[in-house]
Amino acid sequence: MRASLFITCYNDTLFPETGRAVVTLLERLGVAVEFRPAQTCCGQMHANTGFRGEAFSLAKKFVRLYADAEAVIIPSSSCAAMIRDQYPALMEELGNEELRGEFSALLPRLYELSEFVVDVLGVEDVGAYFPHRVTYHASCHGLRALALGDRPFRLLKNVEGLELAPLENLDRCCGFGGTFSVKNAEVSSAMMTAKLQDVQATGAEFCTALDNSCLMHLGGAMHREFAAMRTVHLAQILASTREHPAEVM
Amino acid sequence: MILPVLDPKLALPFPKAALPVLRNAQLRKNVAHATDVITGKRARLVAEKHDWQALREAASAVRTHVLENLGPYLEQFEERCTAAGGVVHWAADAAEAREIVLAILREEQASEVIKIKTMTSAEIQLNPFLAQHGVEAHETDLAEIILQLGHDEPSHIVVPALHVNRSQVREIFARTMGLPDLSDDPQALTAAARNYLRKMFLTVPTAISGANFLIAETGGVAVVESEGNGRMCLTLPRTMVTLAGIEKVIPRYRDLEIMLQVLARSATGERMNPYTSLWTGVTSGDGPQRFHVVLLDNGRSDILGHERERQTLKCIRCAACMNACPVYRQTGGHAYGSVYPGPIGAILTPQLMKMEYAQSLPFASSLCGACYEVCPVKINIPEVLINLRAKVTDQEREEERRFFDPLYLGLRMASKVFANAGRFRAAQRMMRIGMKAFTGKDGWIRSLPGYGARWTMTRDLRGAPEQTFREWWAGRASGKVKA
Repeated sequence: MRASLFITCYNDTLFPETGRAVVTLLERLGVAVEFRPAQTCCGQMHANTGFRGEAFSLAKKFVRLYADAEAVIIPSSSCAAMIRDQYPALMEELGNEELRGEFSALLPRLYELSEFVVDVLGVEDVGAYFPHRVTYHASCHGLRALALGDRPFRLLKNVEGLELAPLENLDRCCGFGGTFSVKNAEVSSAMMTAKLQDVQATGAEFCTALDNSCLMHLGGAMHREFAAMRTVHLAQILASTREHPAEVM
Repeated sequence: MILPVLDPKLALPFPKAALPVLRNAQLRKNVAHATDVITGKRARLVAEKHDWQALREAASAVRTHVLENLGPYLEQFEERCTAAGGVVHWAADAAEAREIVLAILREEQASEVIKIKTMTSAEIQLNPFLAQHGVEAHETDLAEIILQLGHDEPSHIVVPALHVNRSQVREIFARTMGLPDLSDDPQALTAAARNYLRKMFLTVPTAISGANFLIAETGGVAVVESEGNGRMCLTLPRTMVTLAGIEKVIPRYRDLEIMLQVLARSATGERMNPYTSLWTGVTSGDGPQRFHVVLLDNGRSDILGHERERQTLKCIRCAACMNACPVYRQTGGHAYGSVYPGPIGAILTPQLMKMEYAQSLPFASSLCGACYEVCPVKINIPEVLINLRAKVTDQEREEERRFFDPLYLGLRMASKVFANAGRFRAAQRMMRIGMKAFTGKDGWIRSLPGYGARWTMTRDLRGAPEQTFREWWAGRASGKVKA
């Protein structure tokens, strides 16, 4: 099986270790991974901040770039949700029938990482080893827009050595919210403080998620507070083995 | 204490209005506790309803159908209500509605009026207007009494005094009712309110109410409440004025079957609310003998005209969205600067203001989607928030003062950068160099200047890595880097 990796702009720039982990994981599971260097950004930041015109161009670019891909893997639940939830309305507004057709054809071949591994590859035990106590933060877009359900838990439960610590108020937002985190920095921080209390109460060493944006927010606060906890993208846990442990910053 | 301002024309932008609340530990504790209690009750009662999603779907269909046929249904309501002895008035805006109400009260020679269950009256700033014209308005909903006597403002649409706790209520009642020995026992507090209210119910012959539903088929009005004060207010006076937004109409009496089920469960976490009052026009010897309905537009037709935002008007004011909202949980209602707070307020208020005020509200959300998940009429609030953000951005981006606004500048530049992968690669390199200056020896950034400080005020930021993903990939593909 061939799969094209849409790494997303911020993973590419700020969290390359997540991208490397996705490649390692998928190749271990027998997937031929390709990367199209013309990719940039899905347009989520622009769409959600009201820059609709700019989001249109990026959406168009995305659809054209992946029109012939066998499968597109997105290791970010919010970017995957942007494409699945917001592109249809953008496409309709653009009124370009040809593009709309291309998008409808592409849509069923777009996967958030955990969807691809569990639903398409049919694998729940990816052969990973991560001997740590871990709690899972359900990013809102993964939880609600993508309805990932228990997929991430099924993957985590099969990781050798991993002790899964349940998180209270799992469905409550961490307060990141893209540009919300700076436009409403104080409220965003208040939400973050509440989330961190729950996260730290788990006594986990790592907080994981399927979205580095939430983790950048929570991990930034953990670092600020010298908390005895770090963040790590789920892909890095799944890629981790005894021979090649996760790269954790 | 800073007095909350619930007039969108005067209120501070949301991020600024939220600041005093974030510093108010008592208020935040009250809001978190109250919303936890309501969301817990709601979740239990929704879980026991196996056809909940079908009910939501049905409620949504009723409301959507109404909005697509609003004109005919309103005309039908007017005709049937008039036939039953009511008088229907049409108010295009807040000023007209206020004048209509005042004219009715003058006709009644009323110097006092009792009120129940009407947010619409707060929307049109009715109480201060009546006071200016010599009519004293008394709220009779328990929560509204607490707020009126405490010179406070509502912070929630179903539980208006949600931000006030029991001991604070005791203090307000003790002070304003002259009861220094009052305890904070809930029974003692309700007894005090009862004594205070009973006199008004028996002496003030004119009342103003809101409406939960207007029934087109019968010309009837439905009001739901928990205390029975509404029932008093709706039955004892001689004259009743009902103020209702034009979107409140439902087609048939039997539609209440759906609407009342979803409303009670969503609003208070009850299978059925304690008091449901239904009346049609005037009945000789029973209830008010003069009955007026004021149908308020005040921006609603405008919203109706926007196909993508129209769903805002499906709202049945259950407040499930604000109870579930993680932003509301931190700020309570006052920060929204409107009688309609929370997620629904964030989309309704700016639209009622024709996008001329309250532009910060569509941005007062992390777009987490909790509101949409619980909405009993399936309003896709995140979608409307995003649409409204686009409208605000379209207004603002042409303004000269926005040219150097860091967020606008950044997003404009980002769109140029993202348009082309070559440019994106160059920007990544520049960003890495730029970030280096702020990065500590441990690879983390503790402080950024300018707009970046909005991030680093509470969060560190990991410095840019030595290699982007695409650089690693390119190296791997050319065999320079070990896979």
